[in-house]
Amino acid sequence: MAETKELVLLNCWVSPYGMRCRIALAEKRVEYEHKEENVMEKSPLLLQSNPVHKKIPVLVHGGKPVCESLVIVQYVDEAWPDRAPLLPVDAYGRAQARFWADFVDKKIFECGTKLWKLKKEAQGEAKKEFTEGLKLLEDELGEKKYFGGDAFGFVDIALVPLMAWFRTYESFGSFSAETEAPKLVAWGKRCMERESVAMSLPDPAKVYELVCYIRKAFGLE
Amino acid sequence: MAEAAGEVRLIGAWPSPYVLRPRVALNLKGVEYEFLEVTFGEKSELLLRSNPVYKKIPVLLHHDKPVCESMIIVEYVDGAWANSGHAILPADPYERALHRFWAVYIDDKWFPSMVGIGKAETEEAKAESAEQARAGLKLLEEAFEKLSKGKAFFGGDTIGYVDIALGAHLGWAKVIEQMTGLKLFDEEKTPLLAVWAERFCNHEAAKEVMPETEKLMEYAKIRLGK
Repeated sequence: MAETKELVLLNCWVSPYGMRCRIALAEKRVEYEHKEENVMEKSPLLLQSNPVHKKIPVLVHGGKPVCESLVIVQYVDEAWPDRAPLLPVDAYGRAQARFWADFVDKKIFECGTKLWKLKKEAQGEAKKEFTEGLKLLEDELGEKKYFGGDAFGFVDIALVPLMAWFRTYESFGSFSAETEAPKLVAWGKRCMERESVAMSLPDPAKVYELVCYIRKAFGLE
Repeated sequence: MAEAAGEVRLIGAWPSPYVLRPRVALNLKGVEYEFLEVTFGEKSELLLRSNPVYKKIPVLLHHDKPVCESMIIVEYVDGAWANSGHAILPADPYERALHRFWAVYIDDKWFPSMVGIGKAETEEAKAESAEQARAGLKLLEEAFEKLSKGKAFFGGDTIGYVDIALGAHLGWAKVIEQMTGLKLFDEEKTPLLAVWAERFCNHEAAKEVMPETEKLMEYAKIRLGK
């Protein structure tokens, strides 16, 4: 049975990908050990568990590692199928959920990273893709409570770490979330009312502080 | 349950490895479908309507409902025709996670190195990309050993998720090998994959949809204006 095996999440508090895993595990009310990794000094366990990418998050279940945040979230959903389903039951609904979660990866977090890593002149396409991505997500959300409809699910989990990073992206991308994506801001607030989300997302001010520090340290200013 | 071929349509183009993936999946499930061939780069109205976000092929239309992104389509086919043919993804959650991990690796890390070989402007750059591609294949060789458990495919006895993800690229891999004289699926360095590659290409679900190397070479020459 899934519960009797040891469960460890190798993570870094600031990673939006790690936040997804924490939310999924919290939704399933699964106990696990949270191991904070220092990405500048990766632990032997991390290097052993994810030899291909050497990155967090990694979920180690009974000694067996699962890597890639969306793969981890699906694994958590399938390993604990008896509670809090994260994906729809029907094949078409699942395909739609996977499509939008993949979209979030490409257009939000990958682009968002470019907003803070690159100087304004080099941001180029990234800002356009990012703001267009926000609009498409707003269209997809429509008037629904969550992306999953009434039930909080896979796409919500994939996107909600944005709420911890919005302030940072806004600052370095020079835009306002309220102006560009008011529906998403409102959706984010609704998600934050869930315990699983509130306990998994760090203070956006702390994320911003860390990114400023990293930018100075790497001469990105 | 047999469906009229009109119920299942696939918008695609024959040279695309991404289009090949759902075709193999549909063949594995014995599903009849209408192949709506588009000229590569041409955006038909149906395509734009069905995939407004990316405007790209492949798009599967099942009862007119679109599914986009090749591996998402493959997983959809596996679920929608769960009672036909063999399962494409394994039943065990951990095994499924491994298959999904390697499919992501193939698309995000390995394929870009292959593209790098094609785009390289100097011999040095070409050699570097080829090294990266070969290093990726070594990892995939290890993955094959682990996932196949001594059987013929990543999926075991039958073609599975990772087989489809990687197998779709074999046509273009052969073109790159021929055009550059570089050996990628090397019998010495990755013996299991070298044998698997032949096996995949000859499998009844893949055989008729894998593009012939000569046809692809011709197509590449036209596209590259050589």
